[in-house]
Amino acid sequence: MTGVPMAYGLILGGILFALGLAGLLMRRNLLFILVSIEIMLNGAGVAFVAAGSRWGQPDGQIMFLFILAMAASEVSVGLALILRLNRQHKTLDADAASEMRG
Amino acid sequence: MLDLLWLVPAIPFASALALAVLRFPRKIVAWIAVCSIAASTVVSLLVTASFLSAPPTANAYTQVLWTWLNVGGFRPEIALYLDPLSLIMMVVVAFVSFLIHLYSTEFMIDDDGYSRFFAYMNLFVASMLTLLLADNLLLLYLGWEGVGLCSYLLIGFWYRDPVNGLAGRKAFIVTRVGDTAMVIGLFLLFHDLGTLNIQQLMLRAPQQWHIGSGAAIAAAFLLLGGAVGKSAQLPLQTWLPDAMAGPTPVSALIHAATMVTAGVYLIARTHVLYSLAPSAQFAVAVVGAATLLIAGFSALTQWDLKRVLAYSTISQIGYMFLALGVGAWPAAIFHFMSHAFFKALLFLAGGVVIKALDDEHNIFRMGGLRKRLPVAFWTFLIAGCSLAGLPLITAGAFSKDWIIWGALSAAHGSPGLWIVALVGVLLTSLYTFRMIFLVFFGEAHTQVTRKPGNAMLIPCIVLAFLSIAGGYLKTPFARFLETTLPWDGGTGVVPASEIGSEVIAFLVLLLGLYLAYLFFLRKKAYATTLVSSAVGSGVHRFWFSDWGMDWLYDRVLVRPLVWFARVDKGDFIDGFYTGVGRVNEIAWRGLSRTETGRLRWYAAGIAAGSIIFIAVVLFL
Repeated sequence: MTGVPMAYGLILGGILFALGLAGLLMRRNLLFILVSIEIMLNGAGVAFVAAGSRWGQPDGQIMFLFILAMAASEVSVGLALILRLNRQHKTLDADAASEMRG
Repeated sequence: MLDLLWLVPAIPFASALALAVLRFPRKIVAWIAVCSIAASTVVSLLVTASFLSAPPTANAYTQVLWTWLNVGGFRPEIALYLDPLSLIMMVVVAFVSFLIHLYSTEFMIDDDGYSRFFAYMNLFVASMLTLLLADNLLLLYLGWEGVGLCSYLLIGFWYRDPVNGLAGRKAFIVTRVGDTAMVIGLFLLFHDLGTLNIQQLMLRAPQQWHIGSGAAIAAAFLLLGGAVGKSAQLPLQTWLPDAMAGPTPVSALIHAATMVTAGVYLIARTHVLYSLAPSAQFAVAVVGAATLLIAGFSALTQWDLKRVLAYSTISQIGYMFLALGVGAWPAAIFHFMSHAFFKALLFLAGGVVIKALDDEHNIFRMGGLRKRLPVAFWTFLIAGCSLAGLPLITAGAFSKDWIIWGALSAAHGSPGLWIVALVGVLLTSLYTFRMIFLVFFGEAHTQVTRKPGNAMLIPCIVLAFLSIAGGYLKTPFARFLETTLPWDGGTGVVPASEIGSEVIAFLVLLLGLYLAYLFFLRKKAYATTLVSSAVGSGVHRFWFSDWGMDWLYDRVLVRPLVWFARVDKGDFIDGFYTGVGRVNEIAWRGLSRTETGRLRWYAAGIAAGSIIFIAVVLFL
């Protein structure tokens, strides 16, 4: 089967993952952190799909469906937490919520 | 019937376990504790009856329960061995324990640790019976340490007073010295003879070792070390007087009637070894003779009723060692039996007095109790006469005269040992009647505050009966023991007869009685003048402090050790362990810095960690 070589897909997934990680580490706004996590998940998803297409197996796409479902539930929980945090601290700054340190 | 033998130690052990683990009300605790020992006594009597009516082959019965371990030819079994020697010891121990448990139900009634007390006591009886019935020296050693443990626990029973805890520790550590020697002896026996089974040892020892060979002497001396520690003989006797810190029934059971005679039993059990090592056997006799004199003199000066009895116990066990040392084996066991009766009784009757006077131990503050505690008086008097050896009517006389005669006439007897034994009789009758006169005669110094009940008096009366009647068993006793511990009736060439020796012993006893009467009842001033004179007070202090043994050990062993421990506090081993702690502390300080509570910092940590992990997996 001819098409996009797997390396391209993997490189794209890697770039997306790295971008997401960088956003996660640099952004202080919790909403953006959540968005960064979504990007990382999608990077992983692209890698799965690319691998699935390389071996002609449906598993990669099935895994991506799982990732989608997980991302949806994660966002719903995450947004609820961010709402609560916003009520408490009147801000979306992640570093403001550091009072749980031991 | 004989196959019930395993129940004898098993029942007290089970009840000790039950009392230690479960909680019961006091009444039920007393019932469980006493009934278990009663059951054990009944089983031992049944076993005895069947042993006597149908003696097993070779006059011994072995019951193998299971194999303990099996390593490289070392195969000790949990097995019980019943022969006339262990049978007599078993019956006496079980019966006396039963009486003392009965007595304790009343004596300890007000105590907080009622259940704890009986758990320890039952465990003690179980261990003691294991020791006596053991088929091999390893199982014997298990019982040996078991009784040592119970002794420690019960001496320190009233642990709130630190003095009692110290006394318990002293007993444990001093006996440990002897036990270490004994363990080395066991190693030696196994190394040379390849087994620890007592009967096989006794068979193999004469085949492999000739009389007077070095290995036999070493083994006999090492076992003697263990016996000396447990039986509180010179030079390890210092723990027993302090052991009186425990409750009185404990002193009666453990530190007079049963446990302290374990050393005598050990030597009698392994007497073949001692026949192979004449110098060790002579050492046994010398240790016994020296101890009976030293402890007798010390007993003369004590003011604490229980300490007088403690020194008297040491002295009487000295007699048993003397008998073992001269080769009058059955005499030692016979004296063990009568001693178990009368010394337990002395402690029990003494306990009645102490309890009645509201915990008064000082004999100089007692007095005049003859009328007010009649049962205690009569039983104490009977036991005292038995201890002093009043001939014809008391058990103590039969056994002690046998030993005295043996000291002269037995295979290794000599006139010197005979004279020491006679001096011992003088001392015994002197300190016994001193005690009796001071406690029961004269003027009253302290008021009786509580009368003893039946549970305390009945054991006294039963033991008083046995302290008299026990003596008439001498002839059947000797015949019964003949197969295990032979006695030839005295083969040494001596110019005296057994009757003559007994008459002399009686005259010596009367002299002691008269002196006690003179010094402690009739003319108390004599005793005071004697003690207050320069020489007298020095000697008094010397004897009172157990011939300065505690002082000596304190200076020679304890203080140098404490000094060394203090000097050596910061040595390199210590430095190593402190260093480990220090490194941990530094690591903790560093790592706790990283716990910031910042989410992004943690995420970075996770990312870095996974990158490192993946890199390790990929490239290594």
